[in-house]
Amino acid sequence: MTSPSPKAIRLTGDATEADHATIRRDTSVYVYEAPVRLWHWINAAAIMVLIVTGWFIGSPPPSMQIAEATHQFVFGYIRFAHFAAGMIMTVGFFGRIYWAFVGNHHAKQMFILPLHRKSWWVEVWHEMKWYAFLEKTPKKYVGHNPLAQIAMFFFMTVGLSFMIVTGMALYAEGAQQGSIFDLVFGPLRDWIGNSMVLHQLHHLGMYAILIFMMIHIYAAIREDIMSRQSMVSTMISGTRTFKDDED
Amino acid sequence: MSQIETFYDVMRRQGITRRSFMKYCSLTAAALGLGPAFVPKIAHAMETKPRTPVIWVHGLECTCCSESFIRSAHPLAKDVVLSMISLDYDDTLMAAAGHQAEAALQETIEKYKGNYILAVEGNPPLNEDGMFCIVGGKPFVEQLRHAAKDAKAIISWGACASYGCVQAAKPNPTRAVPVHKVITDKPIIKVPGCPPIAEVMTGVITYMLTFDRLPELDRQGRPAMFYGQRIHDKCYRRPHFDAGQFVEEWDDENARKGYCLYKMGCKGPTTYNACSTVRWNEGVSFPIQSGHGCIGCSEDGFWDQGSFYNRVTDLTQFGVEKNADQIGLAAAGVVGGGIALHAAVSALKSAQKKTQDRKSAKEEV
Repeated sequence: MTSPSPKAIRLTGDATEADHATIRRDTSVYVYEAPVRLWHWINAAAIMVLIVTGWFIGSPPPSMQIAEATHQFVFGYIRFAHFAAGMIMTVGFFGRIYWAFVGNHHAKQMFILPLHRKSWWVEVWHEMKWYAFLEKTPKKYVGHNPLAQIAMFFFMTVGLSFMIVTGMALYAEGAQQGSIFDLVFGPLRDWIGNSMVLHQLHHLGMYAILIFMMIHIYAAIREDIMSRQSMVSTMISGTRTFKDDED
Repeated sequence: MSQIETFYDVMRRQGITRRSFMKYCSLTAAALGLGPAFVPKIAHAMETKPRTPVIWVHGLECTCCSESFIRSAHPLAKDVVLSMISLDYDDTLMAAAGHQAEAALQETIEKYKGNYILAVEGNPPLNEDGMFCIVGGKPFVEQLRHAAKDAKAIISWGACASYGCVQAAKPNPTRAVPVHKVITDKPIIKVPGCPPIAEVMTGVITYMLTFDRLPELDRQGRPAMFYGQRIHDKCYRRPHFDAGQFVEEWDDENARKGYCLYKMGCKGPTTYNACSTVRWNEGVSFPIQSGHGCIGCSEDGFWDQGSFYNRVTDLTQFGVEKNADQIGLAAAGVVGGGIALHAAVSALKSAQKKTQDRKSAKEEV
């Protein structure tokens, strides 16, 4: 470490010129704007509700004898919660896509993989070595690290789209023919043929999201402890702080 | 073209009163979901229109469609339904056999070119040049193509003709395919089910005769009036589904109370058919009413959806038979174990690093 400029250049992972300028003055960078953070937590809450209620829809809880069937609506409420959370997640996802256009540079990271950039692939390799304990020092990333970006892209951007589309096609069955849902998503159901197949695909998609959740939470906490930057608090305050001033 | 009797002529000849005839017309209107204004229309069509010639061919099948059809529960069906259409060829029901039967087929095709309806029960196997189903000494697929060429429209009776059914179930050794995979240039109306409900079969034919066109079809080509809703949507046990009251195992208290069969693998929520409204055997009952879940027989590939008794079905795509839950939980377990291991190694590594750092710091001092 000789001059003050290389340290800023060593910032990577979606870092912009503005970020470099910031880090020369401050120890933190504003990464996640309020709408992104809000989306993250609404999305997380919706996914929790969707997984729990979705599980019950596939394997209903034991029969309950609270009242006559006319006055009891247990399974109905479980399904309602699932549909409501699904709608909230869908609206949120569209809001997040909108924010990728109007928000800051980092808001776009989840939606596009820079596959053409050689430096990105180098960092993917570096990150894989870091997780395999072959690299001693992690890099300082402003946005997602390349591995996280890949996971975000496949499990969130692609995964959520898959769950929304298949979920809506299933919802279209209840909304019945002639409904807007059937008009838009019904053809998918008919293309797949048997709705049981659609159910199983949606069910497997849930596990993909669940596995992502496990990895995501583990990696976020681990990085918070072991890496050189803030992780968990960044999704609360929006700012990425760095623990050291070295390259 | 020789003068063919009208439906009304046939009915009257068979001793059916005009009163009964009108009753039949209004019941048919109701079955088709039409208002009372359509009753005279149906009556008029029956009185004036010559019977439509129908050729009914049989491919790979079990004949349950025919069995259902001849039991059409309507009071007049016994006498009329077979006379409503001019069933000129049906190797199962016709008196003629052998060369005579094949001659009748040829005669009908030539005589009513472009005007007859081709009803297909069963489906053609394509492997080995169609040798797995021979009719009149030739592969069935040839008879099907030949008869379809000059047909006005085609009715695919049952799950076989509509989707393939059991003979097309994996691995489908004979490569049995539904009719629409072989005949692509004719309007095809699918009437799936194994078998379809008798009243649905006669209802479709009555509609086609009355209005001289195909009934409104859904995207899969099924008449929307019968296949527009799921069994689940009109199931009389639906309140128990919404309440969360299920049959937990066969013959338990809940089964006796008539609770929802969802947990027993009922396919009502994924099956489009009229069973829960039209029902079977003169509206006496239908599977769910008899205490057994729907097996989804009118859906595409219903044999390939695992057990009839599971909601979350086995996925054979993975080589071993596991359902989505088993696969998902196994994957989650592996990932969870991996995370635990990775976390442990991470902790050890950082502890090691701290010790080394301390050592090197001491050395520097």
